[in-house]
Amino acid sequence: MSVSGSTDDVLETAARWRGAGRKVAVATVIATWGSSPRPVGSQLAVDEDGAMAGSVSGGCIEGAVVHEAQKVMADGEPRLLSFGVSDEMAWEVGLACGGKVQVYVEAVE
Amino acid sequence: MKTATLQRLLQARADKEPVALVTDLNTGLQTLVFADRVEGGFGLPESHLDAVRDRIRDDHSGLIEDEDEDGGSGVRLFVQVHNPPLRLILVGAVHIAQPLAPMAALLGYGVTVVDPRGAFASESRFPGVALDTRWPDEALSALAIDARTAVVTLTHDAKLDDPALLVALRSPAFYVGALGSTRTHAKRLDRLRVQGLREREMARLHAPVGLDIGAVSPAEIALSVLAEITAVRRNGRILLERG
Repeated sequence: MSVSGSTDDVLETAARWRGAGRKVAVATVIATWGSSPRPVGSQLAVDEDGAMAGSVSGGCIEGAVVHEAQKVMADGEPRLLSFGVSDEMAWEVGLACGGKVQVYVEAVE
Repeated sequence: MKTATLQRLLQARADKEPVALVTDLNTGLQTLVFADRVEGGFGLPESHLDAVRDRIRDDHSGLIEDEDEDGGSGVRLFVQVHNPPLRLILVGAVHIAQPLAPMAALLGYGVTVVDPRGAFASESRFPGVALDTRWPDEALSALAIDARTAVVTLTHDAKLDDPALLVALRSPAFYVGALGSTRTHAKRLDRLRVQGLREREMARLHAPVGLDIGAVSPAEIALSVLAEITAVRRNGRILLERG
């Protein structure tokens, strides 16, 4: 069976993209507080065109992470991002987030 | 992350070797920690190395933080654990095993189906699934059951299920379940007792297997089995009797 829903596919995808000569960054959830949709260790790979594999939230913060990932790919400097979504805000945008999450973004180089 | 580190990590995973990628969040340097060695960008003091290996053993990614002498923020390490996949060993290449094998694979389990009856354990019935046609006790001993392994017997046949259970209930498996009604189960316990299993060992057996969700079809029964295995694995609270 080659089917697998784990983080591991994300790193394989990142390696494959990198092998094809694309710029790649990997974002990893390193800490969470309160309710957060994806656990510590969850990963999102992003390439220079904004293609994504995996996830670091239920969709609430992926956009911001992809945006920061472009900067990481440009200058090679890793970044530590913190996101806290208030319950009110979460309601407003219709998302299930409500906790806090810290994400480490690094380039594959 | 250096491409070389990523490749080494993927290689370890392909070799099914437990490993942790440790990132120093202050410097961005990374090191791979294995059970018996360290490869990479920076060295770790013994105390941190122990903490990393504890995390590998607990299968628990997370931060290791030390305050410096002034109580300020000092070392900040993120440990990402990469353990080999969980395993599910199914004894009995029966109808229920057919949906159970691919559903378990989706949940991240490496699945092996054990059944000495070639007519059942065939590639056409289980495309792409690892099949083991040795007698169950022999197969289960050879498969080296560990704490990341679940075992479920499905044959309804005592001469196949019982030898498997005798091995599985004395192994470190995190879950052992047996298909069969409550009445079948009582008879099974009598047989296992005669064969020398202790009450403590038999108490580990989940039988009748699976959560009581009123499952009827093979896929529904597979769902109930996987739900129970997941609950045991994640320390889930099982809410029943909601009316």
